[in-house]
Amino acid sequence: MSFLNNVITGVSLGSIYAIIALGYTMVYGIAKMLNFAHGDVIMVGAYVCFFAMGSFNLPPVAGVLLAVAVCTVLGITIERLAYKPLRSAPSLAVLITAIGVSYLLQNSAQLLWGADTKTFRPLVEGSLVLVPGQLSISYVAVLSIVCCVVVMIALTLFTGQTKMGKAMRACSEDKAAAQLMGIDVNATISMTFAIGSALAAVAGALMCSAYPVLSPTTGSMPGIRAFTAAVFGGIGSIPGALLGGILLGVIETFAKAYISTDLSDAVVFAVLIIVLLVRPAGLMGKYVPEKV
Amino acid sequence: MKKINKNSLNGFINYGIVIAAFAVIQALLGMGRLSNSLQSLLVPACCYIVMAVSLNLTVGILGELSLGHGGFMSLGAFSGIAASILLQNAIPLAPARLAVSMAVGALAGALGGVIVGVPVLRLQGDYLAIVTLAFGQIIKNIIMVLYVGVDERGIHIAASSERFDLAPGGTAIIKGPMGAVGVTKLATFTAGFILILITLAVVQNLVNSRAGRAIMALRDNRIAAESVGINTTKYKLMAFVTSAALAGAAGALFGLNYSSTGASKFDFNTSILVLVFVVLGGLGSIRGSIIAAALLYVLPEMLRGLGLNDFRMLIYAIVLILVMLATNNDQLKALLGRVIPKRKGAVTSG
Amino acid sequence: MAEKKQFQKGKMVPVPSVSIIPERDLDKSPILECSHLGIDFGGLTAVNEFNVTVGRTEIAGLIGPNGAGKTTVFNLLTKVYQPTRGTILLDGLDTHGKTPSQVNRMGIARTFQNIRLFNNLTVEDNVKIGLHNQEKYSMFSGILRLPKYWRQEKAAHERALELLSIFDMQDLANHQAGSLPYGAQRRLEIVRALATNPSLLLLDEPAAGMNPSETAELMENIVKIRDTFQIAIMLIEHDMSLVMGICEGICVLNFGQIIAKGTAEEIQSNPTVIEAYLGKQQ
Repeated sequence: MSFLNNVITGVSLGSIYAIIALGYTMVYGIAKMLNFAHGDVIMVGAYVCFFAMGSFNLPPVAGVLLAVAVCTVLGITIERLAYKPLRSAPSLAVLITAIGVSYLLQNSAQLLWGADTKTFRPLVEGSLVLVPGQLSISYVAVLSIVCCVVVMIALTLFTGQTKMGKAMRACSEDKAAAQLMGIDVNATISMTFAIGSALAAVAGALMCSAYPVLSPTTGSMPGIRAFTAAVFGGIGSIPGALLGGILLGVIETFAKAYISTDLSDAVVFAVLIIVLLVRPAGLMGKYVPEKV
Repeated sequence: MKKINKNSLNGFINYGIVIAAFAVIQALLGMGRLSNSLQSLLVPACCYIVMAVSLNLTVGILGELSLGHGGFMSLGAFSGIAASILLQNAIPLAPARLAVSMAVGALAGALGGVIVGVPVLRLQGDYLAIVTLAFGQIIKNIIMVLYVGVDERGIHIAASSERFDLAPGGTAIIKGPMGAVGVTKLATFTAGFILILITLAVVQNLVNSRAGRAIMALRDNRIAAESVGINTTKYKLMAFVTSAALAGAAGALFGLNYSSTGASKFDFNTSILVLVFVVLGGLGSIRGSIIAAALLYVLPEMLRGLGLNDFRMLIYAIVLILVMLATNNDQLKALLGRVIPKRKGAVTSG
Repeated sequence: MAEKKQFQKGKMVPVPSVSIIPERDLDKSPILECSHLGIDFGGLTAVNEFNVTVGRTEIAGLIGPNGAGKTTVFNLLTKVYQPTRGTILLDGLDTHGKTPSQVNRMGIARTFQNIRLFNNLTVEDNVKIGLHNQEKYSMFSGILRLPKYWRQEKAAHERALELLSIFDMQDLANHQAGSLPYGAQRRLEIVRALATNPSLLLLDEPAAGMNPSETAELMENIVKIRDTFQIAIMLIEHDMSLVMGICEGICVLNFGQIIAKGTAEEIQSNPTVIEAYLGKQQ
C-alpha cells in the first residue's frame, strides 16, 4: 500500500514538474534559451494567488485566474524588455540576463512581501479515501494530475492544429525561414512566453497547495528540478516534458521513501546524468549530429 | 627573443595588475585605512578571482558551459579542511600546512574533474551545462549527509549521525548539514595573492602553449580540430580538470578562512555567481575575469556600507541585466559607441 | 622519421615552371586503396562500391553532379562517418575503427567545402594547430616553460611561416583567421592541412568562389605542393578546367556509384559521364 501511495505522490508531484517543464521546453524550443527566471515566475504566481485568496478572500478559482493573468503579463514583459533586445546575442549573454531577471524577481518579491515564509492555504482541502486507513489521494494530487492531463491535451492540440501553434513549430525549426513565410517571429516568441508563464502560475498554485510554504526563493529549486525534467525528457519536446516531469517526480518520491530523504536530490541528478550518457538528447529528444 | 608577442605582453600586464593591487592593499592595511568588513572580504575575493579565472578556462577558452564550478570548490574546501585537521601534528608550521591543504584541495578538485569529465565531456552545449549543474547538486547533497571524523582508531566516515561512532576525544571534521566546524583559520591574504599568481601562470602559460592552442581549436571548430589530428577527449579533459583543480585550491583556501563551513556555501548560486563574473569580464579574457570578480564581489558589500542594504541585491540584479543589454544589443552598442570609443574584442588575449 | 622531414630547415624546393601535367614519372605505387567502400544512412545508400586507388604522388580528381556523394567519400576517408562496408588502406594500413584525429595522424589531411578555420585565432596559430602532432612537449613543459617549450615553439613559429610562404601569406600571420578574405581563408585551410604532414591531402572544392585568374594560380600551387611535399592529392572540384588541367586520374561519381574512371581525355569522351551531367540525348 505504501508503494501505491508513493506512486500517487510521485505522479502528482511529477505532474506539477511537467507543467513547469513545459514552460522551459517551449521557450527553449523556440528561443533556444535556458530561461532561468522561469522558476521565479512560479513564485510570483504563488504569491499573487496567496494574496488573492488570503487578503481579498477571492475563491481559489479566481485566485488562480488572477495569478495566471499577472504571470502572463509578467512573462511577456520580461521577454520584451530583457530577452528581445538580445535576440542576436550569444546564448551565454541571454543566459546571464535570465539569471539577472531571476535575481530581480526574487529580490523584488523579498522587498514587496518580506523574506519570511508564508503558509499557503491549499486550493482544495481533504482527500479521497480509496482504502480506509491505508490508501488515499489528496484532492490537490487529483487536481494536479487532472490539470497536467488537460494542459497536455490542450497544448498538443494547440501546437498541432492551430495557426499560432504551427507558427511556433515553424519558428523552432528555423526562425529565418519562418520569417520569410510571413510569420511574425516576435509575436510568436511572446506568445510562447505568455503560455509558459501562465502555466507557471498554475504550477505555482498547485505546488504551494501540495507543499504549503511560500518564500521569495520558493521557485528556484522546483525550477531547477523541472528544468532537469525537461532535459530528461528531451528539451524542446512537449511529450518529453510530460514524461520527464512524471519520471522525475516518481524517482524523487521513491528516493525519499526507500533510499534517504536527504539524498533524494543526489539520486535524481545521478539518474539524469545516466540518462544523458545513454541518450545524449534526453528520452524523447532527437540527436542531430553536426553536418560536415 | 626579437619581439615580445602580444599574448605574453598581456600576460605580464595581468601579473602587474595583481601585484600592484596587492601592494596597494598591503599599504592600506599597514596604515589601518581598511575597515574590518573590507578586510574580511580580502581572502574570499582572492578565492573568487581564482574561481573566475579557472572557470574562464572552461567557458571562455574551451567553450563549454559549466554550471557546477561550485561543486569543485566544495570538494576542495572540505578535503582541504580535512587535510589541515589531519596534518595538524605532522606539519606544525601554519603556512606549510595551508599550502599542503590547498594542494590536497586541488587534487580533490582534479579528481572530481576527471570523474565528471570522462563520461560527460562527449555531451555538448546545454546538455553538458545541465550535467555539470547536476554534479554540483550531487556534491552538495552528499556532503550535507556526510560525517567524517578522526580518533585514535583512525578515520571514520558515515552517512548519518547515528552510524557515526567517533570515540570520545576524537575530532569531527565534517558533521553533515552543519558542515565543517571548529576549523583553525589558516588562510591569509598573502596566500590568496600567491594562489592568484599561480593560477595566472597556469592558465596563461597553458593558453599560449601547444595544449592551449588545441583547446581553443576545439572551441572554434571541433570538426576541423579533429581533422588536424587533435584528440578531442584528451584536450577537453585537460582544460576541464585543470579548471577543476584550480577551483579545488580556491575552495581549500576559502574553507580555511572560516571557523565553520557548510556545503550550502557552494551551491548552484555560487556556480552562477562565478559564471556571471566570467561573462561580464569577457569570455576568454583573463584580465576581465580578475577585475569583474574583484569588483562584483566587493560591490554588494559596498552597497551594504552605503545604507542600501535592503536594495543591494536588487541593484545588483538590475546592473547585471543592464550591462548585458548594453554590451550585447546592437542598437545600444551603436549608441554607446558614439560616446565611448570602441574597445577591441579580446577573445584569446589578456 | 616523419617529423624529421617536417622540421628540416632550409629552403623550399623552387617552383618548377609549371607545365600543368609535369612530364616525369609519377610514383604510382598506391598510397590509398579503397575497396568496396560504402555507407548507408538509414535506408539510403549514399556511397556504394567505391573502389579507388591513388598513387603516392598522384593528383586525383573526384567529380560528379551535386549530391553524388563526393563529400561523403571524403567524410568516409577521414572517418567523420564510419563506413558501413569496405576497407580503406592508407599506405597498406587499415584505417578501420580509427577516429578522425587518428586518421589524420596516419597521414590524411583535408580541407572543407564550407570553410572551417579557427576563426578567433591568428593565421599563425591556425597553422601551429596543424603542427600540433609534430610538437612533442607535454602540458607541464608548456606551463612551466621549460627549455623544450621555447625550442619547439621557435621551431613551430619558423615552420608555420615557411608553410604560409607557399601562398605568400607570411605577412598575414598575425591577422585573425576569421577576418581574412574568402580566398585567403581557403588557402589557409590548405596550409593548415599541409602542416599536419600528410601523405594524402584531400581538397574539397578548393576553387569554389574563385575567379579564373585565382583558379589558375591555385592550379599552379596545387602542383607545386605535390612536387614540393611529394604527396598525393585528391580533390573535389566543379571547375572542369582545374580538374582536367591537373588531375592525372579522375573518378566520376553519380548517385554514390562510380560511373567512370580514367584520364582527362577518357573522361571527357565517356558517354555515361556526359549523360550524367547533361542528361540523355534525345
